[in-house]
Amino acid sequence: MSNTYDPVEVTPLHADEVARAQADALAAIAAARDLDELKQVRLAHAGDRSPIALANREIGALPPAARAEAGKRIGAARKAIGQALAARQAELEAERDARVLIEETVDVTLPWDRAPRGARHPLTTLQERIADAFVAMGYEVAEGPELEGEWFNFDALNIAPDHPARSDHDTFFVESVDSGKVLRTQTSPVQVRALLSRPLPVYVVSPGKTFRTDELDATHTPVFHQVEGLAVDKGLTMAHLKGTLDRFAEVMFGPGITTRFRPHYFPFTEPSAELDLRCFVCRGSSAVPGNPPCRTCKSEGWIEWGGCGMVNPRVLLACGVDPAVYSGFAFGMGVERTLMFRHNAEDMRDMVEGDIRFTLPFGMEV
Amino acid sequence: MKVPLSWLREYVDLPAVTAHEVADRLTAAGLKLEAVHSHGHEIKNVVVGRVLEIEELTGFKKPIRYCKVEVGEATPREIVCGARNFSEGAVVPVALPGAVLPGGFEISSRKTYGRISDGMICSEAELGIAESSAGILLLPQDTPIGADVVELLGLRDDVIELEVATDRGYALSIRGVAREAAIAFGVPFRDPAAIEVPVGEGESWPASIADPTACDRFVLRSVTGFDPAAETPLWMRVRLARAGMRSVSLAVDVTNYVMLEFGQPLHAFDRSRLSGPIVVRRARPGEKLETLDHVVRTLHEEDILITDDSGPISMAGTMGGLHTEISDTTTDIVIEAAHFSATGIARESRRHNLVSEASKRFERGVDRELPLAASWRAVQLLAELGGAAVDPGVTHAQVEVSPVRITIPADYPGRVAGVPYERETVIRRLEQIGCVVTEGAVPAASAGQGVATTGVLASGDLADRLAVPGDDPITVTPPTWRPDLTDPNDLAEEVIRLEGYDRIPSVLPPAPAGGGLTEEQRLRRRVGRALAHAGYVEVLSYPFMGPRDLDNLLLPEQDPRRRATRLVNPLSEDEPYMRTTLLPGLLKTLVRNVGRGFADVALFESGLVYRPEPDAPATAPVLAVDRRPTEEELAAIETALPRQPLRVAVVLAGEFERSGWWGKGRQACWADAVEAARTVARAAGVELGVRADQHEPWHPGRCAALTVADAETGEEVVIGHAGELHPRVVEAYGLPPRTCAMELELSLLRPAGPVQTPAVSAYPVATQDVALVVSASTPVAEVEAALRAGAGELLESIRLFDVYTGPQVGEGNKSLAYTLRFRAPDRTLTVEETTAARDAAVALAAERTGAQLRGA
Repeated sequence: MSNTYDPVEVTPLHADEVARAQADALAAIAAARDLDELKQVRLAHAGDRSPIALANREIGALPPAARAEAGKRIGAARKAIGQALAARQAELEAERDARVLIEETVDVTLPWDRAPRGARHPLTTLQERIADAFVAMGYEVAEGPELEGEWFNFDALNIAPDHPARSDHDTFFVESVDSGKVLRTQTSPVQVRALLSRPLPVYVVSPGKTFRTDELDATHTPVFHQVEGLAVDKGLTMAHLKGTLDRFAEVMFGPGITTRFRPHYFPFTEPSAELDLRCFVCRGSSAVPGNPPCRTCKSEGWIEWGGCGMVNPRVLLACGVDPAVYSGFAFGMGVERTLMFRHNAEDMRDMVEGDIRFTLPFGMEV
Repeated sequence: MKVPLSWLREYVDLPAVTAHEVADRLTAAGLKLEAVHSHGHEIKNVVVGRVLEIEELTGFKKPIRYCKVEVGEATPREIVCGARNFSEGAVVPVALPGAVLPGGFEISSRKTYGRISDGMICSEAELGIAESSAGILLLPQDTPIGADVVELLGLRDDVIELEVATDRGYALSIRGVAREAAIAFGVPFRDPAAIEVPVGEGESWPASIADPTACDRFVLRSVTGFDPAAETPLWMRVRLARAGMRSVSLAVDVTNYVMLEFGQPLHAFDRSRLSGPIVVRRARPGEKLETLDHVVRTLHEEDILITDDSGPISMAGTMGGLHTEISDTTTDIVIEAAHFSATGIARESRRHNLVSEASKRFERGVDRELPLAASWRAVQLLAELGGAAVDPGVTHAQVEVSPVRITIPADYPGRVAGVPYERETVIRRLEQIGCVVTEGAVPAASAGQGVATTGVLASGDLADRLAVPGDDPITVTPPTWRPDLTDPNDLAEEVIRLEGYDRIPSVLPPAPAGGGLTEEQRLRRRVGRALAHAGYVEVLSYPFMGPRDLDNLLLPEQDPRRRATRLVNPLSEDEPYMRTTLLPGLLKTLVRNVGRGFADVALFESGLVYRPEPDAPATAPVLAVDRRPTEEELAAIETALPRQPLRVAVVLAGEFERSGWWGKGRQACWADAVEAARTVARAAGVELGVRADQHEPWHPGRCAALTVADAETGEEVVIGHAGELHPRVVEAYGLPPRTCAMELELSLLRPAGPVQTPAVSAYPVATQDVALVVSASTPVAEVEAALRAGAGELLESIRLFDVYTGPQVGEGNKSLAYTLRFRAPDRTLTVEETTAARDAAVALAAERTGAQLRGA
């Protein structure tokens, strides 16, 4: 060991020099205004060429007795600088993050109607909802053609050719006059098709398009929709018919709906009834003389919803079902009318014209 | 049917109830209230007056009278009147100042034509008796002066208007409604037809029935010395008006009055115009008759006629002939009261498009036992009111008809209703409506057969099959006024409705085991939802179209869509066909929306089209109804009907993606239309094939055929088309430029079976991009199919991410850039494996389509 020691060369290790370097570094760190400046400060005061790093390198030149103390001094300085850098880094990062997020702020109230919006027709979705109500009661959905044989639409339903009931149906006839083909005036022919094609017992519901030669106005359309129901089983009674329709009315219009059976005549049911609903608007009060009139029910207190009855045994015979063993009930409602009651639709023309403003609010289901 | 309450009360002892309360009970019994019309309640201060003096005022546009009228007050009133049909001494109704007339019209003392008019002399119209009147109402001379006119004439009345169902002909009469009202209130009923009719001496006029299927009873009575100047009394005029009938002349009014009261249509002939015996028969070829409405009608050989030696004199039960009509000189009258075949009159009425009060009643069923009584009542009234002498004779031709008898177990009505009725209740209710009920059964086959009931009459055989099994039978003979009662269920309804439909309990039947919706029904819903979610709005257009649509769509002559079903009576002569395609309705709806200010529209419709087969029979047979038809018979109907497949179609125009603050939008284009088809196919879980095609009404260069593979043969089946419409179609319908459309047959899209679960590999994906140069005319679908086939099982997905045309790839070429992703189920793929798979893909593409690896 022939080392010689030059006290001048190790000046950087003097306590006051180290303290100055540390103080310079801490001041620079505190003065750094952003992360870029801090990066420069880090290079200058903690990098390889920083005074403290250079001083650290000189430790080896000290006499062994002095090394430990100098090392301790430098170590403390480097630790202080490192901590200050980290703290400032965190501080500046937080500042930057806050600033950036504010700069990126958008107006979330801007509209976004880029993609086209579609909807299903309420008459379609209402027919589905009606079908679902009956499917839940164990029914199946039956179908039939819209251009139908006269036999299915009339004769098999006990509407004889000269019966006045047939002329009640303003029928579209298919060429030629005696073709035996019509646009079905009701969904009832599906009853006949269901009885001819399905094993007994039969519980079916059949929504669909129907046709009568009415002029289009607020309450009539020549092309409209009905839903038909038919149940043929052993031991079915009018009480069952009433129970079924009461349940149906409740599903459609909510609990608390009041129904009424009123005797009527349909050739394909006997006994027959019209099903009335207590008026939604006046709740029946307009029928009491002296009370304000009601437009919805024409002050009758009730509105007609549909027809129903026990399947006429003659219809069962025409379908090959023995009326001595089986009985059944059937019912039919207008889907347009149901939509009017349930959704306050006032004008049937809107249901026909296809104006998107009418359909869009109904969305995917009703 | 309009029923004046005062008239009803003549035959029923109704309690003190309002018209609404009566109507409510009748509604519950099946005679539905249409409206209650209140008459005369608002009329007040109208009294009987006598005209004392008349002063003629001149110098006005029309002659005016200034009258002094005594009204039972201290001094006469001075009243201005414009009518001229009265003279001094006339007895007239006078509305005094403060009077109110129908419609709330108030009368006050006022100055008119230079005089003070202290009231008004009234006409029938002003009192609400008639629709219009020519002059003021003249009252009989012996009417007490100063009496209240409303009381005197019975002007205060409520009229219940009822809706009468087509099977209840009896309710088209006061008699029928009164019977129902009496049952409803549990009070006695006095039958107006239960009058004593003397046995006639000889015939009133010779008559016979030549066709027993046309008429089973024909009664004639006659009067002589009738005063043709006799006027219909006011009470009768008021009643007729309230019931909705116009007053014509005394003779005609009497026939109408009796018809309203009894329900029996009557006809009056001028006896001096008859020649020779009357015969009821069907028309002969070429016969004609000029009817009361001055129309010369050519008769059909099924028409039922009243004839004499001169030929037809009346269309039975429908309308009389002009020649034998009662005129203002008629003094001798023959009254006809008959029972005609209901179906016969129904056909006659429809054939001649002639609905009369008589025909309405006959086709709904008239009481066969009424003619003797009704005709007697009519001639009595003619004698009483018209000074006529009643001839002692009566003509009565008839055909034997055995009554219908129906046997039911006594508990049957309860079995139908689902609530038990006492045996006594069943019998009492049936007797209330006029049935005769006896214990025990008669063989069904012995049930009678009438000529003229409504509906299909039970043949013995049919009655057997309608017979209801059970114990304790009762046999019911319905009354003659209820020809609608033919079957056991008809009787059940009578008992149930009279006991009250409101008494039927509400019971849910046990739920059957249903299978839910079918796959096809589910698919239809999915398709609708998918298209709506994709941005399409559903419409339900009328399924009609016209020849112009076929031309507007540019359909060629032999196009099967030109083979359309035609309607006999279309809504509009412009659209007489049933649609063979959904497009016309959708395109017109699109135009309507654009016209209403919506430039960006995407619509869809799902519905049937009607496709008649070229060799289908022209007529569908009308089968028997007393048994189940055979399969052959049913097939004969089915083959005559057109095929009615379900289709779905979309149309779209304008921007499909909207412009906005985010930048420019995107115009709807052919690709959206094709994508709509893919949306539908995806809903079905079926892979859709797309290839170029030329098919009207699409743009020949922008039309895709939509195909699926046949489930069995694998052969291509074209299910529809999509793309941009032909510019000429766009022009013909006035559509926005570049309107696009898609139509496919949903019935051909069989839903795929349950989805098979895919294996999901957790190994890493290996991606390879390739750019291929092909001829610009090569369909991309073919290149992709080749790449897929060539790449083999390791290929997970393939995606075209760029199409480039330009100098670098050469004239007439295009470059297709694909990303191929590979993955193995069981290992990480090596670079060698994926490169080999890619090379194989490119090689097959090269072989099939001539594709060159770009840059190679």
